[in-house]
Amino acid sequence: MWQALVRWFHRWTSPKIFYQISRPWIFWSSVAAIAILAVALTWGLVFAPVERLQGNSYRIIFIHVPSAFLSQAIYLAIAIMGLVGLVWRIKLAFYAAKQCIPIGASMALLALVTGAIWGKPTWGTWWVWDARLTSMLVLLFLYLGLWALHNAMERQETGDRAAAILALVGVVNLPIIKFSVVWWNTLHQPATLKLTQAPPMHISMLIPFLMAIVGFYLAALAWGLSRTRLEILQREPNARWVREELDQLGSAR
Amino acid sequence: MGVFESFSDFMAMDGHGIYVWLSYAVATAVIVFNIVSPRLLRNRLISEHKRRLRREQR
Amino acid sequence: MTLTAVIQGIMRRELQLAFRRRAELLNPLLFFLIVVSLFPIGVTPELARLSEMAVGVLWVTALLANLLSLDLLFRSDFDDGSLEQQLMANVPASLLVLVKVVTHWLVTGLPLTLMSPMLSLMLALPSEAIPLLMLTLALGTLTLSLLGGIGAALTVGLRKGGLLLTVLIMPLFVPVIIFGTGAVSAFIDQLPWLGHLALLAAMVTGSLVLAPLVTVLALEIAVED
Repeated sequence: MWQALVRWFHRWTSPKIFYQISRPWIFWSSVAAIAILAVALTWGLVFAPVERLQGNSYRIIFIHVPSAFLSQAIYLAIAIMGLVGLVWRIKLAFYAAKQCIPIGASMALLALVTGAIWGKPTWGTWWVWDARLTSMLVLLFLYLGLWALHNAMERQETGDRAAAILALVGVVNLPIIKFSVVWWNTLHQPATLKLTQAPPMHISMLIPFLMAIVGFYLAALAWGLSRTRLEILQREPNARWVREELDQLGSAR
Repeated sequence: MGVFESFSDFMAMDGHGIYVWLSYAVATAVIVFNIVSPRLLRNRLISEHKRRLRREQR
Repeated sequence: MTLTAVIQGIMRRELQLAFRRRAELLNPLLFFLIVVSLFPIGVTPELARLSEMAVGVLWVTALLANLLSLDLLFRSDFDDGSLEQQLMANVPASLLVLVKVVTHWLVTGLPLTLMSPMLSLMLALPSEAIPLLMLTLALGTLTLSLLGGIGAALTVGLRKGGLLLTVLIMPLFVPVIIFGTGAVSAFIDQLPWLGHLALLAAMVTGSLVLAPLVTVLALEIAVED
């Protein structure tokens, strides 16, 4: 059993085999993501009832919360892949970690912007130094730092390992940052502002909400896999199979 | 239309339409970015590969 | 050689090197002085309003001054190859890094702390809060030197690492800023402030233990390259 698991893992960590077996995964996760998101967002926008306190503006939750969840999950995933890369010297983990950065950063940005837009009707102002918005802002900074570090390095391998260390330091720090920001926030702003202290959600809102979360995760999976495949092609241009693959991609266009 | 009386009601969302639609527009932009940017990377890789082939043939 | 002798040896070397570049030692202090005096010009000369923001301005400016000088922590040793030798010596590399960082703090963080009373008078910080401000600044700059050491090690191979270092490290530093300034503000508002100070001390201790280990890892990557 254990050996079978190890063998399965090793198959996935070889760039060539990963390239081959990830293709159907991308297809099916994209299809599922499109279908689920279409249902979830239509339901959320058109059929879910109006929220009692916030009116229709609560419909932003169907993108705000999934993107916030996803941005944190992706940061954790980057740190784990960095650790795997550092410890077991698995190149593929570094490739995937690098290509996850833009996805995670775009999700953090989306969470921030939708949070700010949601703040306007709820709090009456675009930006509030609310604990969640602030820690999301710091998370975005961490993503930008990772990307800047990758781009600054002349050798990509050095960038991989340096960014892995930075991601690990960041992931240890994230809970401390969150704790400190919540605490700072309660110190400076006696709880006048509360957003999404979600009163238990009605089932007709909860189902599209959960579906939206699943849909975002599936979409991110598809993006992450296809970006990692491209990173393989970019990083190993001398492998024979990569050249053949590029030949084929070029002639198909 | 769902919980709304009419299409214009749906667009207006009781005055919150601007916020809701702005959020969904940003979400669309982010999704488009995530779809388009790998495409661009792919095209770049292919053209680099072709340039390299041409160089090697010479 | 005993451990203390080793530590003394490293420290003496670092201090000698630092004092040979006296002008560079002054730069963080000048930065601190000038940037702090820009705030009244940019915001308001009213002392009442200045005193409200004094703690934050002093803290953030001191940290920036400290951080901008960190860029050079490993640079010259890396460039002339002595860092590689030092990492291979039979002294624990994390000890070496720790001593280097603490020495850096002695020549930047500590002077910044000693200079802060004068600047806090210029910003009309209540004078009874000055001892606590100095204590938090001393702990805060030490933590920053430790965490910044990680950033300096990550960017040591780059020709222009200074700004990148700031971008990498400042987000990680949010908790320290919050608890450091929180302690002083709470003291001024006559609220309980020991809790903030305890958390700040916990972060100093934690980074004293962990940061050198990570810094060594990062240096090894840079040296291997």
